[in-house]
Amino acid sequence: MTVSTGNATAARQEPRGRRRERPGRLRRSFGAHWYAWAMVAPVLAVMLVLIGWPLARGVYLSLTDATEANIGRTIGVNVIPSTYEFVGLDNYLQILTSAVFWDKLLWTVIWTVVCVAAHYGIGLALAVMLNRRMRLRSLYRVLLILPWAVPAFVAAFIWRYLYNSDYGVINGMLKLAGLAPVGWLDDPTTAKAAVIAVNVWIGVPFMMVALLGGLQSIPSELYEAAEVDGAGPWQRFRAITLPGLRRVSSTVILLGTIWTFNMFPIIFLVTRGGPGSETEILVTYAFREAFTGVRNYSGSAAWGVIILLMLVVLAVGYRRTLRAQGDPW
Amino acid sequence: MRRLLPAATVLAGLTLAVAACGGGGGAPASPAPSAADPTKITGEVTWWDTTRPDSEGPAFQALIKEFETAYPGIKVKYVNVPSDQAQNQFQTAAQAGSGAPDVIRSEVAWTSQFASLGYLQPLDGTRAVDKPDDFLPGPLSSTKYNGKTYAVPQVTDTLALIYNKRLLKEAGHEEPPKTVAELKQTALDVKAKTGAAGLALNVDSYFLLPFMYGEGGDLLDVQNKKIVVDSPANVKAMQTVADLISSGAAPKPATTDSYANAMTALKDGKAAMIYNGPWALSEIYQGKEFKDKQNLGIAPVPAGSVKAAAPTGGWNLAIYAGSRNIPAAYEFVRFMTTQKAQADIAKKISLLPTRASAYSDPAVQGNRDVAVFQPIMDTAVPRPWIPEGGQLFQPLLEGYQDLVGGKSPPADMLKKVSDQYHGIMKDWS
Repeated sequence: MTVSTGNATAARQEPRGRRRERPGRLRRSFGAHWYAWAMVAPVLAVMLVLIGWPLARGVYLSLTDATEANIGRTIGVNVIPSTYEFVGLDNYLQILTSAVFWDKLLWTVIWTVVCVAAHYGIGLALAVMLNRRMRLRSLYRVLLILPWAVPAFVAAFIWRYLYNSDYGVINGMLKLAGLAPVGWLDDPTTAKAAVIAVNVWIGVPFMMVALLGGLQSIPSELYEAAEVDGAGPWQRFRAITLPGLRRVSSTVILLGTIWTFNMFPIIFLVTRGGPGSETEILVTYAFREAFTGVRNYSGSAAWGVIILLMLVVLAVGYRRTLRAQGDPW
Repeated sequence: MRRLLPAATVLAGLTLAVAACGGGGGAPASPAPSAADPTKITGEVTWWDTTRPDSEGPAFQALIKEFETAYPGIKVKYVNVPSDQAQNQFQTAAQAGSGAPDVIRSEVAWTSQFASLGYLQPLDGTRAVDKPDDFLPGPLSSTKYNGKTYAVPQVTDTLALIYNKRLLKEAGHEEPPKTVAELKQTALDVKAKTGAAGLALNVDSYFLLPFMYGEGGDLLDVQNKKIVVDSPANVKAMQTVADLISSGAAPKPATTDSYANAMTALKDGKAAMIYNGPWALSEIYQGKEFKDKQNLGIAPVPAGSVKAAAPTGGWNLAIYAGSRNIPAAYEFVRFMTTQKAQADIAKKISLLPTRASAYSDPAVQGNRDVAVFQPIMDTAVPRPWIPEGGQLFQPLLEGYQDLVGGKSPPADMLKKVSDQYHGIMKDWS
């Protein structure tokens, strides 16, 4: 880490005025900092193998018609020749012209926006509350972090049981209260609300902890000064807390967006994408393409590339806006 | 040098194993393992079992103990994989070439798909297949792909109407319903007179098939390569199902966990009837309503306007082509599908044998569950065993869920399923 920072600053300082005299900035930098390059090299190589190669392979597959049936292999006595072909952008065209893609995209966007908004809002409220001095503060903190410690699949199964229409706890309570039970996971609307609730429950602790950290880094003198100046609680919150949290907020919202967009286990384990395929988001749909029946490698690779591109565009755009606005809050 | 030693041992072991195999790998003409005594074969066989670990698993594990005693050189590694995950996991492992078991308990619909993808060892003329003429034709047909045998039938099953005799009697019905119309009436009577639900539906594609067959419908017309899932007969069948729900004969089923919910309702006496197969019996007998086994009734599925018929299901044992212990796997599969092993399983947990001869075993004849299911098997309809067969269920399941949710009327729902089938089987009409 320190090596690369040093490298960057050095590179920035050197070209000042001397660019014309000695050509080959890269080579010069390499000559002066060969040890830094040598140290970075293993990491680079590993990254290339772990990230670059699968990515390149995925992009290549998405341009072919490869499926489980036509990729060549030899298993024991069975020899299957490779018969898949390069088909260009065919897979992408098929996906982008299908209604199912736009359906899923719309629902994925709703899912992401609602979840992240709830994560952030509830997380911030809890963080502000926990940041005050009170009795049993650490106990509350531990309790509130608990959902985060539960593995996602365990949480998903617990919730699935809570939602069970005949034997679930939620409907049991409704019945006790004299109300009619609800088929939570059987109706598209309630199923969507149900998966959002589970994901919010799971995601809030992370936001809370991150924002609590941010809150604690805001110097208390600011609040004292504001109070002396006669600012009310809401004014203090808007003028000190929110700006003070900006760096943390922008990072956790971006992270939360990417995580929620790709939140596979909740959807897959709570509803299996059902009823029908109503709660299926883009990643679970891509998974279904890739892992049911005769696997469609090329199609699912194309789905993956599309999802990746959307997230890259989102992340870059988000960062740009933040930078351009200076103070987005 | 020291590092090389284990590798050399493995190599030597492999060579021995291949030698002991006696050319069983590819030559169908030579069933000639006579050179070596099969009980001297050594190796480790990993078996992915898909039975329910608590109610069915122990019976198979007891069988494995017997096998290991008979074949002291072979060790069996028993792995229980849930039946709804085994297909997926096997495909992943088989494709990757690592982690696949030597033997898999393959559902009848998966077998041809696995075979078409090159994952299974051809078994014609090997020690794995013993007396093939003895197997029932329906289950046996599911083990063939392109004229070759890729699996050995282990157990067979079909759906039946399973009911609570006490509740039916209280509702004034001594006999189980024989037609769908009677089914509806019986269910309504149960609901009116006992307060329990009549029929608990399980929202799953397989459980729709008796209704379709009952009206003379089917999913595919294999001979003419035609998709017929949206035929008028099937529309009528779906209307029947929708009517069972809307009339109150069947309470609106949950679409999530509906199998478990229906089973629990039956076991607790909260529902009088369900459609299910022999695999469910050992679990049902654990329920409080059926402490007295005599309270459980099993009858053929009620007939539609054309006939009464349920699908042929069941499980095969297949060997992964990339297995390093193929000779041992042959012996294991052979042992697990003998008349004796099948009779033993039928006696203990009422799973139906695939060998005709097993039904004449006195122990099996004494089992009343098997006796009830045997005639039902005779009318069961084998599904088309095509590689795509395993993919037909997901679209139908989604359609069934839409139907139950009242989202799409029968004809629309089947049209949508048909469209998806056309996407799966592009050259079918």
